[in-house]
Amino acid sequence: MVKALPNGSLKRKMLRELSGMMGQLVAIASVVAIGTMVLIISLSTRLSIAQSQQYFYDQYQFADVFMHVTRAPNDMAMRLQELPGVNQVETRIIASARIQIDDFPEPIQGQFQSVPDFSEPMLNRLYYRYGGPPQAGQIPQVVVTEPFAEAHHLQVGDSIQAILNGRLQRLEISGIALSPEHIYQLEPNSILPDYQRFGVFFMQRSALATVFDLEGAFNQVSVSIQYGADPHDVVSQMNALLERFGSHGAYLREEQASHRFLSEELEQLRILSWVLPTIFLSVAAFLLHVLMGRMMLMQRQTIALLKAFGYSNRQILTHYLSFSLCIVGLGLIVGTLLGYWVAEPLARLYAMYFKFPEFMFGIQIQALGVAMAITALAALAGTFSSVRKALIMSPAEAMRPPAPPSFHHHQSILGPMYQKLTPGTRMIVRTLSRHWFRSVIAIFGIGMSGALLILGGHQFNAVDHMLDHQYRGVFRMDLDVQFTEARPHRVIHELTSIPGVFFAEGYRQVPVRLHNRHRYERVSLSGLPEQPHLRHVLNQQMKSETLPGDGILLTRYLAESLQLNAGDSVYVETLVGHQRRLELRVAALVDEPIGIGAYMERVALNRTLFEDDVVDGAWLLIDATDPTVYQTLQRLPYIASIGSLLDAESDIRDYIQDTVLSVMMIMFFLAGTMTFAVVYNNARIMFSERERELASMRVLGFTRWEVLWVLVGELAVLIVIAIPLGWIFGAGFSYAMVSALSMDMFRIPWVLDMRLFAMATFGVLFAALLSIALISRRVLNLDMIQALKTE
Amino acid sequence: MTNTPANRNSQTPVFRAKGVTKTYTMGDVKIHALRGIDLELFAGEFVVLLGASGSGKSTLLNILGGLDTASTGEVQYQNHALVGIPDRELTQFRREHVGFVFQFYNLIPSLTARENVAIVTEIARDPMTPEAALALVGLSERMDHFPAQLSGGEQQRVAIARAIAKRPAVLLCDEPTGALDSKTGIRVLEVLAHINQSLGTTTAVITHNAVIGDMADRVIRLSDGMIADIQHRHEKRKPAELSW
Ligand SMILES: Nc1ncnc2c1ncn2[C@@H]1O[C@H](COP(=O)(O)OP(=O)(O)OP(=O)(O)O)[C@@H](O)[C@H]1O
Ligand SMILES: [Mg+2]
Repeated sequence: MVKALPNGSLKRKMLRELSGMMGQLVAIASVVAIGTMVLIISLSTRLSIAQSQQYFYDQYQFADVFMHVTRAPNDMAMRLQELPGVNQVETRIIASARIQIDDFPEPIQGQFQSVPDFSEPMLNRLYYRYGGPPQAGQIPQVVVTEPFAEAHHLQVGDSIQAILNGRLQRLEISGIALSPEHIYQLEPNSILPDYQRFGVFFMQRSALATVFDLEGAFNQVSVSIQYGADPHDVVSQMNALLERFGSHGAYLREEQASHRFLSEELEQLRILSWVLPTIFLSVAAFLLHVLMGRMMLMQRQTIALLKAFGYSNRQILTHYLSFSLCIVGLGLIVGTLLGYWVAEPLARLYAMYFKFPEFMFGIQIQALGVAMAITALAALAGTFSSVRKALIMSPAEAMRPPAPPSFHHHQSILGPMYQKLTPGTRMIVRTLSRHWFRSVIAIFGIGMSGALLILGGHQFNAVDHMLDHQYRGVFRMDLDVQFTEARPHRVIHELTSIPGVFFAEGYRQVPVRLHNRHRYERVSLSGLPEQPHLRHVLNQQMKSETLPGDGILLTRYLAESLQLNAGDSVYVETLVGHQRRLELRVAALVDEPIGIGAYMERVALNRTLFEDDVVDGAWLLIDATDPTVYQTLQRLPYIASIGSLLDAESDIRDYIQDTVLSVMMIMFFLAGTMTFAVVYNNARIMFSERERELASMRVLGFTRWEVLWVLVGELAVLIVIAIPLGWIFGAGFSYAMVSALSMDMFRIPWVLDMRLFAMATFGVLFAALLSIALISRRVLNLDMIQALKTE
Repeated sequence: MTNTPANRNSQTPVFRAKGVTKTYTMGDVKIHALRGIDLELFAGEFVVLLGASGSGKSTLLNILGGLDTASTGEVQYQNHALVGIPDRELTQFRREHVGFVFQFYNLIPSLTARENVAIVTEIARDPMTPEAALALVGLSERMDHFPAQLSGGEQQRVAIARAIAKRPAVLLCDEPTGALDSKTGIRVLEVLAHINQSLGTTTAVITHNAVIGDMADRVIRLSDGMIADIQHRHEKRKPAELSW
């Protein structure tokens, strides 16, 4: 009956041995599974968002070039159309206005954009979730963006009020839509969306033209580019053509707010999608190599036996390689399934922050294939190297239990102390020193898995630290009020005199583009008091800097991306009002974790721009218990928006929580599982390797507990050394990730908190205790007869 | 392989060893397990190896069977060198020609008695069935038991069934009856003699039991890694006539 299949008994042996070590198998498979899961999650989140974005852009004709002008006649559209390289042209009217909604006391900033009266726009088309395009009528209709509608529970047919060019106007909502221009809906100059206080509204072109006196004209144009044309050519031609109409300069998608932030986010995900899986998979590969190797070492005698019977090296290798492929395959399958299961909801959660008409889940199969190949190879290599060791020995030699390496040095190291140890403890010392290389590798493995815990936990702490830094160290104000236009500095006294306002500090804010050779960056240049009280500018020592009488300060990250240092010159191009190009000296670099910016002393800035001492807004400290403050501020006609820093902080916390941290949460959980798998496996292998020895000890009269101590003590030594090693690796891993993740939007600092180390330590100890608990059952119930009988 | 029955007059040597030494080096200490063995084993011959513990019996048998290599000297099997040939050819030699019984049985714990035999018959050219081999050693009833469920002697018999199942040209047995009572031991020796007679299998048996020498064609005594003396037995006894 056995003759049916060649090697039938070998297969049976494999299956039986696999089922005999279920726990170990599951542990190894979970190391593989976790590596795979991390990869799938990271890859699919990025790809899903990228695909959803691309689909939206393609289907709704997101423009390639954007340009604002003060006022240009409509026939310029034709001239634009004739420019070489230009595909479609869409002119629009864009204006801002204040919005009022019943039950919402704070001011709302609205951006109004025109849509053609009777047709669909050619570019930046809208996706209607509900309702349809605005119609003319008794009450003019508008379309609102979905996030704003959701924030205020608005529905088609509801109405809102807007102050359009000074006139209060009731508007009826005809539709709720998404726009490819506002996937990330952002108020100018802020870095996070505030759906309650900022909305985008679409109105008929003719209606807006009438209100804003732009009949027969436009003030914004979007252009799409022909395939293969050079976008920079198109930009310079557009600039030349429209310069005389008060152009602020044409810009590409890279400078378009929503696109830019989405790109940053995607870039961040792209980096995460290789940094995290690389770390996890290399740790997994290492562990796999070690674990499979040690498991195979125990097969040494069997290998020798098979060889003695005349099994060829190839047959034996094939047998063991397929044995380890079975284990790895199980891990890969489970990891892939679980990965898909977790990845889609996670990617959706991430995508919720961006508004896409359709969420397109995706995963790079090739990358998954590569990762699977790496994992499988690591396991096979571990198996191969151990099996080979047995194969190159003569069968007679391999069949005997391996002679332990000589053991003299620990006696000399420990000296007379060695003699005082209990026999069990002596055994521990003996095994550790005899098998020091194996012990080092085991320590390495446990340390690595502990390091993953630190990597996973690091973000939580660091994000807190970053937000504290920004919202306690940099921002000290309660409110940020922005004016409709620049006002003389006297206005600050007026604000200070409002009851409930303790203190006010005025600031300038000028959109500029900084240039250094071919590098440029669009930022807002803030003019601050010489010694700001409500908005600190911090140096590397976290000390508040005084603003010098000349020169410009730059966020360090910005300076690095422009390749500038303190003392260098930077070209500053203002983007509003009189356009000027200035050359300024970089006075110092500023350390702030969130956003990028440029700073100057306010008076100096105004002087440089040949302007009077004006301010664009003010920061206030207020009495939070006084409700009249808001009302008073609301009534001031020159205030465009009022931002509460408390809200801003909680918004950014929510955002990071939902995106980065939800991924890290899962990573942390996976790291914990991995730690357990590794520690358990080590303990389990230690037990298998020593089963006969331990049984012999029992036979010779050692108690169960003395025997257990031999195992626990050895594991304890490994763990105690592995934990600090894990700290070091973990610090390294998190440094790697933090540097990879530095972005315009925020830079998570590398902070190593005691709690982090405590947590990793606790994690490894917990894994060790759990493993010991699981193994001790076997040790305590060791069957002396059985263990001594076989082989 | 030759199929002629045992014939001690046949002068065809199956194995020829010349000047075989085996030295184990352990740090500064050198252990000379074999100190120059010259030996020929003839086709169909039944040889018993005697000698004190540590005299090098197992070492010699391992070298003849291609499980170990000699430190110096020559070993030939049917005029083919066994020393210095590629591992692949040595494997081929073991697979096609040699059956082993190991001093420490070496059964695979995760396989039943039947499967432990099958693992050899599966790669053999013209084997018996595992069932037939186990029946010969009287273990038909225990075929589906694991080594851990068998007594030491039973495990030893499984090891013998495993060695004879492939009908090898050469059978090398390291203390095949060490763990057996005399009745069972004789039964096992009968199986070995039967294989030797019917297939012409060249058989070498290591033992501490000098009585077993009475059934051999030749008795070789090893002492301190050298051949101390070789006796030719002209009056071979049947295993059934032995007792101890
Ligand atoms: N791997 C080894 N390393 C060092 N010395 C060895 C090794 N194997 C065997 N020896 C030594 O070689 C000598 C011969 O060993 P061998 O196993 O051949 O003895 P034996 O005659 O089979 O003894 P026994 O009857 O006790 O089985 C012994 O002194 C033994 O200690
Ligand atoms: Mg021996």
